[in-house]
Amino acid sequence: MALFSFGIMLWAQTNNLSVSVARGEAVYKKECLSCHQVDGGGVPHMNPPLAQSSNVLKDKQKIITVVLKGMSDRIPLDDEYYSNVMASHSYLTDQQIADVLTYVRNSFGNKATAVTAAEVKAIRGPVKKTTSQVKKS
Amino acid sequence: MQTKKIPMKKVFSFLSISFLFAVPCLANPYADTINAGLSLPKGFEASKVSDGIGRIRHLLVTPEGVIYARTSRLYKGNGILKMTAQNGDGKIDKVEGFSNYTGTGIALKDGYLYASSDDEVFRYKLNAKNEVIDAEHPEKIITGLWNKRQHESKSIALDNNGNIYVNIGAPSNSCQEVDRGNGSKGRMPCPILDSAGGIWMFKADKLNQSYAQGVRYATGLRNVVGLDWNTQSNSLFVMQHGRDNLLQDWPQYFDAEQSAELPSECMYELKKGDNAGWPYIYYNQILHKKMLAPEYGGDGKTESPRAKDFIEPVVAFPGHLAPNGLLFYTGNMFPEKYRNGAFIAFHGSWNRAPMPQEGYYVVFVPFKNGKPSGKWEVFANGFSGVKVVNATRQAEHRPCGLAQGPDGSLYVSDDNKGTIYRITYSGK
Repeated sequence: MALFSFGIMLWAQTNNLSVSVARGEAVYKKECLSCHQVDGGGVPHMNPPLAQSSNVLKDKQKIITVVLKGMSDRIPLDDEYYSNVMASHSYLTDQQIADVLTYVRNSFGNKATAVTAAEVKAIRGPVKKTTSQVKKS
Repeated sequence: MQTKKIPMKKVFSFLSISFLFAVPCLANPYADTINAGLSLPKGFEASKVSDGIGRIRHLLVTPEGVIYARTSRLYKGNGILKMTAQNGDGKIDKVEGFSNYTGTGIALKDGYLYASSDDEVFRYKLNAKNEVIDAEHPEKIITGLWNKRQHESKSIALDNNGNIYVNIGAPSNSCQEVDRGNGSKGRMPCPILDSAGGIWMFKADKLNQSYAQGVRYATGLRNVVGLDWNTQSNSLFVMQHGRDNLLQDWPQYFDAEQSAELPSECMYELKKGDNAGWPYIYYNQILHKKMLAPEYGGDGKTESPRAKDFIEPVVAFPGHLAPNGLLFYTGNMFPEKYRNGAFIAFHGSWNRAPMPQEGYYVVFVPFKNGKPSGKWEVFANGFSGVKVVNATRQAEHRPCGLAQGPDGSLYVSDDNKGTIYRITYSGK
């Protein structure tokens, strides 16, 4: 019985992951693909890759923050520098951000745990959505 | 005399042993595939003279046939490479380096080698054989230029009047309040233009010049990586990298196809005081109009009310090709049609996504009397190594710099793999 429940739990988790990944792919195509490219490989010297990126694979807090706030610091990413700025995407919902990060962490050769809406919400805090950046869907 | 029939076993052993010796030749990285994998017009050939050394940006070839090249990542601690082919087969076999700064710009004029970092310009005195006399002690002629990550490279060109022209690219896509932000308005007036987004002119022989000592020669140019002094027209020609993100930031006005084709990558001929219009306009090469940028109230259909204030492009190419090199050909090796015409190295697009990418080739524009005399054509193709580039990283080589050899051959550099190609004409 315990084994059966465990099996159901595993199935539910995997199913949830693939559902999140599928939703996240739609967000990626609309919001991220133009810079990070269809293969998650980025653009040399301009837009960093997401494929096998140490930042994407390890620290959830970091990548959630980047999506919420954007990024304009000149810091090395896996020993390379990238020149373009990334605008804030705080107009996306917690679920959309969780889904797209889950997609990115499980695509392009990446394999990692899902990001949840609760994790995004915790980092976003009580910050209001920027109304000037609300996109028509 | 009786000829013996050679037993098959012996023939087979001989062939397999020969093959074992041949395989290392096949593995030789300098063994040329046909034309180094490039497709060229009839009569032209290409070979690789260097590969895998540095990430080569701009380069030049001295009258002695020596290459000076810039690298965007220090090669054994050096940002300027001096490359020599000693053994007579044209392949580089000696690489020396100096300078501890990376950068794009390089030029040779009146006994000096000029080179730029991302915020300064230096010059190195040369001896009669165009060798750097003291690599450790260049003169710093320009300093303090804006360097804020985006469009940071400082390409240079010199005229025949003692002036040096420096690109100061705008650290911005379209001068928005929020850079690359969806729907973010443009700043009015654009405060960047006082210090960037244009070409600045300085003296080629004065030390420690900065903005106060220079002249803003031309403005309204988002970022210029390829530029060259045209000795026929005695004027500066530049290639502008047009703005990105029409679809991403203004989806209500542009669809994916329009955003991939627009705006035009423009060639401009510059006179002092010219204004090319960035960020207020972008050029639409299909309508042949200077359009009001969406950041400033445009909707993709409206021409700029200030169109008369801004210069016309000389040639308008499709969008996002990324022109990184411009060279007016003055050699005698290529057929007459190429004399005084323009070669352009298109680095290749990324912002066309989700549509397929374009570029990754060298283009030729014929010129007569300082003006284009015909349509542009792809001259050298195949740098990407794939039929279609969908993601930029798929491209193996990306053309960046152009140089003319003393014999009139054309050199093309790639800043992905550091490959340097030499294109020659034999007529065969």
